[in-house]
Amino acid sequence: MNGMFAALASGLRHIGALTIGGIWRLGFAARFLLAVLLASGQSIRRLHLTIRELYFSGVLSLLIIAVSGFFVGLVLGLQGYDILQRFGSADAVGVMVALSLLRELGPVIAGLLFASRAGSAIAAEIGLMKTTEQLKAMDMMAVDPIARVVAPRFWGGVLSMPLLAALFSAMGIFGGWLITVVVIGVDDGAFWSQMQATVEFRYDVVNGVIKSFVFGAVVSLIAVFEGYDCQPTAEGVSRAITRTVVTSALAILALDFVLTSFMFRGL
Amino acid sequence: MMSRTTLDLWVGIFVALGFAALIFLAMRVANFSGFDASTAYRVEAPFDNIGGLKVRAPVKSSGVLVGRVASIRFDTEIYRAVVVLELDARYPFPADTTASILTSGLLGEQYVGLEAGADIDMLKDGDRVLITQSAVVLEKLIGQFLFDRAADAPAQ
Repeated sequence: MNGMFAALASGLRHIGALTIGGIWRLGFAARFLLAVLLASGQSIRRLHLTIRELYFSGVLSLLIIAVSGFFVGLVLGLQGYDILQRFGSADAVGVMVALSLLRELGPVIAGLLFASRAGSAIAAEIGLMKTTEQLKAMDMMAVDPIARVVAPRFWGGVLSMPLLAALFSAMGIFGGWLITVVVIGVDDGAFWSQMQATVEFRYDVVNGVIKSFVFGAVVSLIAVFEGYDCQPTAEGVSRAITRTVVTSALAILALDFVLTSFMFRGL
Repeated sequence: MMSRTTLDLWVGIFVALGFAALIFLAMRVANFSGFDASTAYRVEAPFDNIGGLKVRAPVKSSGVLVGRVASIRFDTEIYRAVVVLELDARYPFPADTTASILTSGLLGEQYVGLEAGADIDMLKDGDRVLITQSAVVLEKLIGQFLFDRAADAPAQ
């Protein structure tokens, strides 16, 4: 009997500790975001720092984004054609491919790939800098590590993500065009004209860009925060990387629902 | 570590590619020609029944897109639905224009069709389209048909 109570109490205590720890981390993350934003001046004044991070998170993600976008477009084209031709509206396949890429798949899949390709790299880099006490050394030399290390990586991620998502969508539409028009033989004119008649710049394209911008900011914040907050051990760095990818993926999918319900409610 | 100029070159290529993709999406995929909302003029059209008309549905005249449905509300003074149409300033319509709710295809989306009248005065911002034709409700149509049949039957 006593043992059971003890087990129950320790279980409760564990849940309590997890909750308090989570809220503490949330508060720390908010304070950290504020610190990063306040220290952002240097990322603009010393632009080459930000450009270097644009190279690491943007240019190096180009290939995976372009190839994934292309394949997603191929699949969307095939599936869209298979479903739409049953209703005799195979010409509308371009609309389906473009809308699903611009509104959802472009920002979301590009965001997930960005989190696993660039977010994990950022977290690993900052975590390892912390483990090898480079951040402390900078602090000792009166160099603010948040301004010098964290803010450029944050802004590099924020800026590269919308461009990557746009590339993903463009490659996907090219893939959809290739499979439906060139391979299956849907009419080229109908493919583009139906797409242009239905897709609207402000409603579909701009909302997609806003989504990708938000995802870029969230993934970059999670990555720099997890790196900065990690336990300075080999295990701590590996856990920070895992947490970056998992939290980013969850945040992207949950935020996508919130943003979609604000943007596209089909009034 | 590669030199700073090579780095800048790659980042430049990346940014150019990203913007090229955005321009492709804006120009080739979307209809960027959408009219400017700031120069558009709004007119109201009361309908007895709007059927399944939705906000942002197209407004067409002779099949050409001339505007969009800006908002739909129920007016408790006249007890009818009032549809606000946002029309492109490039297309002025006479004051006695007829607005009707039509369906594209058999099961397609509903849109507002405008048919120009012969008035010399043009519709201005805030004006009201007086001659309107409601959406066709299938149940009413079938009811009318059955009623007509029943009315015809004793005569034969």
